[in-house]
Amino acid sequence: MASKTQKAPLDVKKSLQTAEEQFQTFQILNEEGEVVNEAAMPNLTDEQLQELMRRMVYTRILDQRSISLNRQGRLGFYAPTAGQEASQLASQFALEKEDFILPGYRDVPQLIWHGLPLYQAFLFSRGHYHGNQIPEGVNVLSPQIIIGAQYVQAAGVALGLKKNGTKAVAITYTGDGGASQGDFYEGINFAGAFKAPAIFIVQNNRFAISTPVEKQSAAKTIAQKAMAAGIPGIQVDGMDPLAVYVAVRDARERAINGEGPTLIETLTYRYGPHTMAGDDPTRYRSADLDNEWEKKDPLVRFRKFLEKKGLWSEELENEVIEQAKEDIKEAIKKADETPKQKVTDLMSIMFEEMPHYLKEQYEIYKAKESK
Amino acid sequence: MAQMTMIQAITDALRTELRNDPKTLIFGEDVGVNGGVFRATEGLQKEFGEDRVFDTPLAESGIGGLSIGLALTGFRPIPEIQFFGFVFEVMDSIAGQMSRMRYRSGGRYHMPITVRSPFGGGVHTPELHSDSLEGLMAQTPGLKVVVPSTPYDAKGLLISAIRDNDPVIFLEHLKLYRAFRQEVPEEEYTIPIGKADIKREGKDLSIITYGAMVHESLKAADELAKEGYSVEVVDLRTIMPLDIETIIASVEKTGRAIVVQEAQKQAGIAANVVAEINDRAILSLEAPVLRVAAPDTVYPFSQAESVWLPNYKDVIETAKKVLTF
Ligand SMILES: Cc1ncc(C[n+]2csc(CCOP(=O)(O)OP(=O)(O)O)c2C)c(N)n1
Ligand SMILES: [Mg+2]
Repeated sequence: MASKTQKAPLDVKKSLQTAEEQFQTFQILNEEGEVVNEAAMPNLTDEQLQELMRRMVYTRILDQRSISLNRQGRLGFYAPTAGQEASQLASQFALEKEDFILPGYRDVPQLIWHGLPLYQAFLFSRGHYHGNQIPEGVNVLSPQIIIGAQYVQAAGVALGLKKNGTKAVAITYTGDGGASQGDFYEGINFAGAFKAPAIFIVQNNRFAISTPVEKQSAAKTIAQKAMAAGIPGIQVDGMDPLAVYVAVRDARERAINGEGPTLIETLTYRYGPHTMAGDDPTRYRSADLDNEWEKKDPLVRFRKFLEKKGLWSEELENEVIEQAKEDIKEAIKKADETPKQKVTDLMSIMFEEMPHYLKEQYEIYKAKESK
Repeated sequence: MAQMTMIQAITDALRTELRNDPKTLIFGEDVGVNGGVFRATEGLQKEFGEDRVFDTPLAESGIGGLSIGLALTGFRPIPEIQFFGFVFEVMDSIAGQMSRMRYRSGGRYHMPITVRSPFGGGVHTPELHSDSLEGLMAQTPGLKVVVPSTPYDAKGLLISAIRDNDPVIFLEHLKLYRAFRQEVPEEEYTIPIGKADIKREGKDLSIITYGAMVHESLKAADELAKEGYSVEVVDLRTIMPLDIETIIASVEKTGRAIVVQEAQKQAGIAANVVAEINDRAILSLEAPVLRVAAPDTVYPFSQAESVWLPNYKDVIETAKKVLTF
C-alpha cells in the first residue's frame, strides 16, 4: 500500500528539468542569413555552398511542379516538401554515396540527390513498380509508407555495414509523429546496443497530419529521447542548412569511428498540405503560425547569406529554375514512355519462383491482358 | 428519413452511441479537430468534448493497448485505425490480447471494443492503404468481423458493434464511403451481428459476398437477368461468425453458388464459406461452388488495380461456369 510518510530522496522533477535543459537548438545561420555561431561554421568551399543552394532551389521547383502535376492527374501520391529543404537536402549533402538512406514517404528529394532518377520518383508517385526498382549502386530504399518501420530496419542496415567493414552509415528519416511509434524507440535502442553506425533524423515539422507535436508526448524535445537509448541526441534548427549539415557530418564521423548512432531532431515546417489526397491544413493550423514559419524559410536565409558573400544572384537562381523545369519535363516524358504495368508483372516479382497457384493465375491474367 | 452516404451514416451511428452511453470513447490518429482523414468523426469532438473524442500520439499499438486498458476500467472504446493496412502495428493488441482477454481471465474481464478502420481498393492509394486483411481477423478466435456494404447497414451494424460486449472489428470499404446515398433513419436502430442480408432474391444461383463486392455482384445479377438467369445475392455483412442459416437456405433453394471476395484467393473468407456449404448442403448442389477473388500477389501498385480487383465481369464469367455446369 502506498504511504506518504517519507520525503522523496531525490527531486525527480528537477532532474528531469535539468536533463531537458541540455537540449538547446543548434543554429549557425539565423533568419537573416547571419552567422551566429562562427565556431561551428563548416569549411565548405564556395562551390559546395553554391551546390547546396542549387539543390534547395531545384527541389522547391520540383515540389511546385509535382503539386501541379498531381492536380492535373499526371502524378499520384505526393507528400509536399517545401519548407523542409534544409532539413532534407543538407542532411543528404553530408553523406557519401556508400551511405544507405531509409526514407519516409516525404523524403523523395534525398533519394533523388542520392542518385534515384527523377522519372523513377515520378513512377513511384504514379503507383508503378519500376519506380521502386532502385538502380544498382544507389544505396536507398523506396519511401516507407508505414511510419516507423524504416527506423528498426536502419539499425539492421547499420549493423550490416559494420559487420561488412564498410565505412558507411545508415541514415533514416521520420517525423514528429513517427517519433511516437514503438519502432522509433526500438530502432534507436537497437542501434545503440549494437553501436551500429546509424543516423536517425526526426524532421519535426510540428504536425502529424493534423495532430500538433505537443500532443505526441510530454517530452519537451524529441532529441532528448536519445537519452533513454543511451545515444547522443541533438536538436537542430531545421531551417538552417549549415546547422543541419554540421550535425549530420559530425554524427557520421562518430558513426564511422565506431562510436555508434545519433538522433537528430530538425525543427522545420511543411508549407503545403500533408499530402495531395484531400488534406486541408486550415482545419488545424493558424495563418499566424504559417506566417511565423514563412519567415524562417531556409531558401530565404541561405540566399541572403550567399548573396552577401557574392556567391548567389538572380541569374544563378534562374538558371537553376530553368534546369529544374527542363529536367522535370524530360522525366515526365520518360515516365510516360515506360511500359504500362501489368498484373502479370506483379506476379512475376512475388517470389524467386512462382508457386503453383500463381502460375495458374499467371496464365489467366496473361490471356486477359493480351486482349 | 435522410439521404446519407456511408460515411455520414457512420458518423450518425457514432454520435448516437456517444449520446446513449457516457462510457463510449472515440480516439485515434486525427479523429479530433480534423474529424478523421475521411471525416468519419467530423464534429464529434466539438459536440462531445475532448474527454470523449480525442487524438492519440501516432502509434497503433498504443491505440490498441489504450483500448484494452480503458475497457478494463469500464469504458467502451471505439478506436479508429486510420487505414487497416496499419493493422500489423496493432496486431498483438488485437489478435494477441483483446481477442483472448475474456478467455484468459476465465470470463472475469471482457473487451467491449469496436475497432473501426477503412480498407479496400480502387481509390489509388499508396501501399498498405487498400489491402483486404479481414481474413487475418476472421481467423483469430475471439473476434467478430463486420463489413457493411450500404449506408443503412453501416449505421445499424455499427451501433450493434459498439453495444457488443466482445471485440468487433468494423471494416469500412474506402470506395463505398461516398459512392452513393441511401435513406437512413435518423432514429437509432440496430442490425444484428452475425445476420446476413439477401440483397436480391433469385432462384438459379446464389452469389455470396460482402463489402464492395456486393455491388459488383448486384451488377452482375442485373446483367445475368437479361440472359434469363435469376440470381440471388447474399450480403454476409458479418464475416465472422458467418450466418450459416441464411447461406444454407439460399444454396438449398438455388442449388448453385459462387462466393465473391475482393481479397486474394488463398486461405480467404470465400474458402471458408465454400467449406461450410460443402459440410452442410453438398446434396443440394447441382454444381461445384466456385470463387471469385483477386490474384495472389501483394495488393498491386495502384496503376494495375483496375485489372487486379475483381469486378462484375469476373463475377459473370464464374457465375456462368456454375450456371451451365
Ligand atoms: C503506421 C502508420 N500509421 C499511420 C499512418 C498514416 N499517416 C501517414 S502520415 C501520418 C502523419 C505523420 O506525421 P509525421 O511523422 O510528423 O511526419 P510528417 O508527415 O509530418 O512528415 C499518418 C498518421 C501511416 N502511414 N503509417
Ligand atoms: Mg510532422
